[in-house]
This record gives sequence, C-alpha cells and structure tokens, in this order.
Amino acid sequence: MEKIMESFLLGTFLLYLFSSISFMMGLTGKNTDAEVANKKANRWGKIAIWLAIIGVVFQAVFIIMRVIISGHFPTSNMFEFVAFLCFASVLAYIVIYFMYRTLILGAFVMPIAVILLGYASAFPKDIQPLIPALQSYWLGIHVTLAALGQGLFTVAFVAGLIYLLHRVGGEEKGRQPFYLEMVLVILLMFVGFSMVSFIAQAVGYQTTFTHMIDGNQVEQVYKLPPLIGPYKGQVSNSSSGWKEPLFNVPSWIEGEKAASKLNTTIWAIFSGLLLYLIIRLIIRKRLSLLLHRVVKNLNHELLDELSYRAIAIGFPIFTLGALIFAMIWAHEAWGRFWNWDPKETWALITWLFYSAYLHLRLSKGWLGIRSAWLAVGGFVVIMINLIVINFVIAGLHSYA
Amino acid sequence: MIENTKCQCGHNNPLGTILCEYCGRPLQQDNAEQSSIDKEMRYEGKARWSQKAGKKSIIDHIWSFFSSVKIAIYLILITLVVAGIGTIFPQEDFINSTTPEVYYQEQYGKLGEWFYRLGLSDMYDSWWFFALLSMIGISLVICSLDRIIPLYKALKNQKVMKDIQFIERQRVTHQQEIDPTQKEQLLSDLVAAMKRKNFHVKREKDALLAEKGRFSRWGPYINHVGLIIFLLTALLRWVPGWAIEDFVWVREGEMQKIPTSNYYVKNERSFAEMYLNQNVVKKYQTDAVIYAPDQNGNLHPVHRQSILVNHPLKYKDYQLFQSSLIPELGGIRLKVMDRKTGQEKGAFLVKLTQLAVNQQYRVGDLRVRLLEYYPDFALDENQQPITKSQEPNRPALIFEVLEPGQQSGEKIWVISGENLDQITKDNRFAIDLAGLVMVNKSGLMVRTDKSLPFLFVGGLICLIGLAMGFYWQHRRIWIRVKENKLYLGAHTNKNWYSLQREIQQVAKGCPLDIQLVRD
Ligand code: HEM
Repeated sequence: MEKIMESFLLGTFLLYLFSSISFMMGLTGKNTDAEVANKKANRWGKIAIWLAIIGVVFQAVFIIMRVIISGHFPTSNMFEFVAFLCFASVLAYIVIYFMYRTLILGAFVMPIAVILLGYASAFPKDIQPLIPALQSYWLGIHVTLAALGQGLFTVAFVAGLIYLLHRVGGEEKGRQPFYLEMVLVILLMFVGFSMVSFIAQAVGYQTTFTHMIDGNQVEQVYKLPPLIGPYKGQVSNSSSGWKEPLFNVPSWIEGEKAASKLNTTIWAIFSGLLLYLIIRLIIRKRLSLLLHRVVKNLNHELLDELSYRAIAIGFPIFTLGALIFAMIWAHEAWGRFWNWDPKETWALITWLFYSAYLHLRLSKGWLGIRSAWLAVGGFVVIMINLIVINFVIAGLHSYA
Repeated sequence: MIENTKCQCGHNNPLGTILCEYCGRPLQQDNAEQSSIDKEMRYEGKARWSQKAGKKSIIDHIWSFFSSVKIAIYLILITLVVAGIGTIFPQEDFINSTTPEVYYQEQYGKLGEWFYRLGLSDMYDSWWFFALLSMIGISLVICSLDRIIPLYKALKNQKVMKDIQFIERQRVTHQQEIDPTQKEQLLSDLVAAMKRKNFHVKREKDALLAEKGRFSRWGPYINHVGLIIFLLTALLRWVPGWAIEDFVWVREGEMQKIPTSNYYVKNERSFAEMYLNQNVVKKYQTDAVIYAPDQNGNLHPVHRQSILVNHPLKYKDYQLFQSSLIPELGGIRLKVMDRKTGQEKGAFLVKLTQLAVNQQYRVGDLRVRLLEYYPDFALDENQQPITKSQEPNRPALIFEVLEPGQQSGEKIWVISGENLDQITKDNRFAIDLAGLVMVNKSGLMVRTDKSLPFLFVGGLICLIGLAMGFYWQHRRIWIRVKENKLYLGAHTNKNWYSLQREIQQVAKGCPLDIQLVRD
C-alpha cells in the first residue's frame, strides 16, 4: 500500500509538471497572428487544465491513502503540510478557473505548485507518530482550512505577480522591476534547494557531526554536504568523500540544529543564484523582461480582480480555519484558546495583513500595482510563518 | 462649502449631501466636473457625521479620528508590527526560567536585554497592547455607527428613474440609439434576461432598475459587530471571576482540592504510554474522580472520567486539562539489618507523601518509629538539619528502632545518597535502602471561563458577516430610454469585471451591442 501511495505522489508531481509545460507551450512561440496565437494558447491551455485536475485527483488519492495508513490527517509535519499547501493552491486555482476561465493564471500557478511539491519532498517523508497534543480531529479540520485559505492567498500572489510582470516587468530601470526580479530569484532559491536535496537524497548523502552544546555532546545529521559545520564539530561518520566543512559557524550559533539549518539556507541561496545565472546566460536579459513578453497582452483589470477575488474568497476560510478553529482546538488541547505562541501570532499577523489590504483597497483605492505588491507581501508573510517560524523561532507548533 | 442642496429635480436634500437623494444628480459643481461619480457611490452621497462641516467640537474631532478608516489601517498595521516583534524571542511564559531579568541577557545578549527592558518579553499582557486593542475596538464601534445610518438610507430608497447624468457618470456605462418601435420589446427582453440572472427588476415608465445582493452590503458591519463582541469579551477577561486559571498537582492515589472550588479531584491512576519501539509519547492519561461535599461536609464521588490531552474533564463550570505528568519518588523501601549477626530482620515501605512523625512500622519482632523527616535535606550554617523545600528531592529520616519490650531504642539516620555506616558504627542495627517506589504525578490545569460562549458567538457573527460580504456582491443596473436613446449604467461594490461580463451576457440575447470586456 505504501508503494502505491508513493506512486500517486510521483504521479501528482509529474502531472503538475506536464500541466506547467503544457501551459508554457501555449504561451511561447513567435506567432505574429493574434488569432492563431490565441487558438494555440487555448488548445494547450485546455490540455493543461485537465492535467491539473487529474493531478489534484491523484493528490487527493495520495492524501486519503496516507490517512488510511497513518490513521491521522497528513498535516502534521513539514513535508505533509507543504504538500497540502500545494494541493490547496492547485485546488484554489481550479475553482478560480471555473469562475473566470483564465488559463494564464495556470501558467504561473502550476509551476509554483511544482516548486512547492518539490520543496515538500526535500523534507523527511516518513509517517511519524502523533504526539498527544496533535491527536484530535481538529488537526484535520483546522490545518486543512487554514491551508485552503493560504492556497487562495497563493493564487492571489500569483495573479499579483503576473499583474506586476505585465505592468512594470517591461520597464528597463527602476526600483519596482528590481524588486520584481528579486521575487523571481527567491522563487528560484526554492527550486535550487529542492534540486540539491533531491540529488543528495538520491545518492543517499549523510554526514554526522558531534559537537558540544552547554557541555553536553550532541550529534547533528547533515543531509546536504557541509559548506558550514557546527562550532568545533567532529565528523563522526559520513557516506561520501565530502565530509569536511569549508567553514565552521562562530561560537554564538549554538542551537541544537542551528548549523545544519544555516547550511541548508546557504545551499538554497547559492543554488538559486546559480540557477539564475544560468538562466541569465541563456536568455541574455532580465527574467522579468522575458516573462513580461509572455503576459503583456493580458487584460490587467482582470488580473487585478482575480487577485482580489482569490483573497476575498480566502479571507473567511482563513479566518475560520486559522483563527476560530485554532482557538477552539487550543482550548481543547491546552485549556487556553490563545497562547501567543509564535505560530499563532503569525497567523494573526497574516490575518491583520490581509485585513489591512482589504481596507486599503476599499477606502484608499489601492488598486492595481499597489494592491498587487500587497498580495506579494501577504505571500511573504505566509512563507515567514511556514519557514522562519518553524525553523528559527520554534514554538508549540513547530513541525520538523 | 456646500450651500445649494436643492436639486434641479426639485428635491430638498440634507446638508452635506453629494448626490441628490431622489434622482442621483451630482449636486456640487466640483463633483459634476469629475468624469465619474464612482467614489460617492458607497453611501450614494449621504452625509456622515464625521464629515460634518463648520465648527467642530472636541467630541466631533475624536469621532472623526476614530471613524477614519485611515486611522483604522494604521492601528491594524501597528498591532501587526508590534505583534511580530514580540515573536523575535520567546515570551516569558515560554522560557524555562524564573529569572527573566537575567535569562534574556544570558541567552540572547544585548538584544535580549533590551527585549526584556522594553517590556517586549511580556508584551501581550501589557497595558499598551491592551490599549492598542481597545483603540481598534473603539474605532470599530465608531466607524460602524458613523456609516450605518447613511448606508441604511442609501439602501432603503432605490429610485428606479435616475437622472441621465447619474447613469452616464457610472463607472460602467453604455448608450445606444434604438429604434422607437422596438422599445417595448427590448425593455421586456431586458427584464426577462436580467431576471434569469437572478436580478430583482423594477420598472417605472421607460426606466429599469435591476438589483441583486443588496444584503451583502451589511456584511462588513455584521463582521465588525462580531469583532466588537469578540474583542470586548477578550478584554473583559481581565475582570476578576470571568476567567479563572489555576493548576493542581495530584499524585496517584491521592486527592486534592480543586482550587477556587468546593470540589476535590482524586487521581486513581495516571500514566504515560509510548509508541512501540519509538521514543515518542503516545498518550498521557489520568483516571480522575471528582468528589463533592454534601450538607454535612462528607465527600461523595460525583463524576468519573479519564483525562487525556485533547479530552479535558468537564464538571459543572470546571474543566481539568492534562498539562503535565511526571514520575516522582513516592516511597522508599528500607530494610533493617542486624549488624551482629549480619542478618536481615525485614523490610518496610515508607510512603513519603503520607508521612507522620511517630508513625510506627513493624519489622519482624522489631518496631521502627519515625522521629524526624526532612524531604529536602541540608545543613544550615550551625550544622543543624533543615529542609530546603517540601519536595522529596533528598529525603532524610531519623528512626528509632525498638526491640520487643523496649521503651526507647537506638536512633538511626537515613539520608538518601549517603553512607552513614562510619558515624553509626556502634549501633546494633542499620537501616539500608532496599528499593525506590515511583508514583506518577499529574499536573492538571483548572479552568472556568464564562467568556467562551461570547467569544464563540462573536466569532460566528464575524464569519457570517464575512461570508455575506465576500460571497455576494451588491450589483445594480439602471436602464433608461429617453429620446430614442438607451442609457445603461451599472454599479457594484466589488468585482467589476464579473459585473461587466454579466451585463454583456444579458445584452447578447436582447440584442444590445455592448462590448465591455473581452470574453
Ligand atoms: C482587525 C480589525 C478589522 C477587520 C478584520 C475588518 C474587516 C473588514 C472587512 C473584511 C471588510 C470588508 C472589506 C471588503 O468588502 O473588501 C471591512 C470593511 C470596512 N471596515 Fe473593517 N475591519 C477591521 C477593523 C476596522 C476598523 C477599526 C474600522 C474603523 C474605521 C473599519 C472600517 C471599515 C469600513 C468603513 C469598511 C467598509 C464598509 C462598507 O463597505 O460600507 N474596519 N472591514
């Protein structure tokens, strides 16, 4: 059964990948005749959307099988949660597609889904037993709804990104094109990290260090070759020739897994930059400029509305899942409906951020470019909650 | 600023009105010059208190301040940033230390020291965070009051026949020459087509008004009311008695009074269970019985339940949560040795939690009497035995061993972790450790909280409002035929693209030549 489940996950990944490729096929090409180009985009887009739908069904099967095998809803560790966020984003896109029939959004949502699923797979995939605090049906309800809300926010981010590519991506100079390019580079870092992790996993790389924390000897396992090692760490065993770190962290970075987390971050940054460099060498212009060509004929008012609509649909769902159900569950599990632990606080921050977005849009008329930047900012807040809070500021919720 | 509030149509409007209440014509010249009256459409030009012209009193100023959405956005953003800063380092509730004043500096250096000094380490309970939330609350109340009446008025009277200027100046608008003989047919086709799209359509002579989703305009207000209830309840929790939180430790086999109540809780059994072959806890459980006193003060069991994480015990207003479970030294087995013969005379169990001085144990034909007990033994500066706490961290006991018929016997010290053979080498008997008995101690959080139903209702109202406001929209289409020309104007409070597409779909079958968006 676990084998079959694994194949469904792989199937999902491939379907999302083919869907992305199919979307791209529709958009690229040097057709001067708008009519013909439109037909082509439609033909490929239809195929792509079907691939995405089948992919979502595959992932749903994967989730159900995992529930059957593990006996609990698969949102209890980093792999499971990020994979679910990916699922939610694709689902959200499909819903929006049937409301607005927009193919172009898919051309960007699907690659981001591929990135998310790849990123998820970089974390340990085994089923872990649930600690008592997580043993509740609320785990499924609360996290699912919160993730669905975030999936819609992700779609809003993508629509905002396309909007920005359309409006400012074509500018040669300026602050906005620069930041836009930065956003793309950061996305590439996720890709780079997933690729490096995938290779390291495929060859079974592992190195273990021993070092001291507060006078106790501890072990630290590296799943990626050490660019930077623990302070005064000793290699105790390694699966390959690359085992000595190039540097060691200074003494003040002494948390339990701090050095390996830093190592991972450095790998992500460098692999992302390297990917970016390669892309630059091939296309010989800014990435945002290239993407601008693809989206320049779109109706930007529609994109603006899409971004807003996704947030409007997501906001009540997020409120219910990430705040109200969270409070009910916290009250059941800990006897307090609100603890101000970092994860919770950042859910509140996300919510406040989007409510500021809504008020700005409504009363200050922040539509268009500003609104799109806010949608990007909201996604950054979600990612901070997902990554920084889990890895750096671990609270009661911390997965990994 | 605004002098003339009488419209050309003859209607007298209240001071401050921007669009005529009756026909919708822009009343002010500077407004008439703008190409679109979009901005005024939310309250259809109704006057709001906060925009009162002329001399303002201090109350007017405060009112304007709190009713401003700009201020609300600032308050929201400040709260957001401040809440984020509070997560840089763990809050005092989460640190493993009773001395935060040194903890932050030790752990996080200079930054940590300032974190503590600025009061950020316990900020969510601070007066200024409270003040910030209160200000959002006040703002919510005032902004809603400020707008609710103008909105009500704007929504109540929907005139079908609007001034041509009003229709032309809408964000979505269209005009077209029509054949006068086709007019009736066209209008009735339009009515039918719009009805098919679930619009409520009204007709007045040659004018149509199609409207749907009006109730969704109340969504934000209902949402805000829910938030007000929620915030108010959350802030009221500071009132004593509303929300009590306490903690009680109960050892297996023991009974403790539940703080702030007349009830007692007995721990019949508590244990932790691990997953097979894994170092992960599967379950913490306490089998508890609640006892209540009758008129004579005698205790009777009234409720029996296993407490698990995620399954608190509920009895009347009280809830008990499984918060902690630790094994503790419950008793020591001691054996009495006869030094002369080297023989063991027997063993006895000392239950540390139920010790009483002068307690006697029978060991073979001997009697052993407890003289003194120090749970957490130490010596003070005069070399006198003392106990540092009531926790059995380092129990020390003094016994007297009595042989049959004796009135007083040998004194023997037992101190955990010490070998006292040298001191007492003249004694006949020795008491040695034979084993330790552990018991589990459950930490139960005790709560009563009267605010929960209110929080719940607040949250529910908030959600209903959100759903109303976001999953429906208020759309209106005005159509008027005048002098062989059809004028169409439309307004929605959100999602303009969808509105335009809908109009296009309506027009297609009628047939009107309207192209507003690309399909
Ligand atoms: C955290 C607190 C708040 C939340 C979550 C919140 C939420 C919302 C939401 C969801 C909407 C609807 C937006 C839309 O339809 O796009 C809204 C509208 C609005 N909010 Fe708030 N709000 C908050 C605080 C405030 C405050 C303090 C004010 C006070 C000035 C305020 C004033 C308004 C106004 C005037 C509207 C427009 C209502 C209309 O359409 O007629 N909000 N709010």
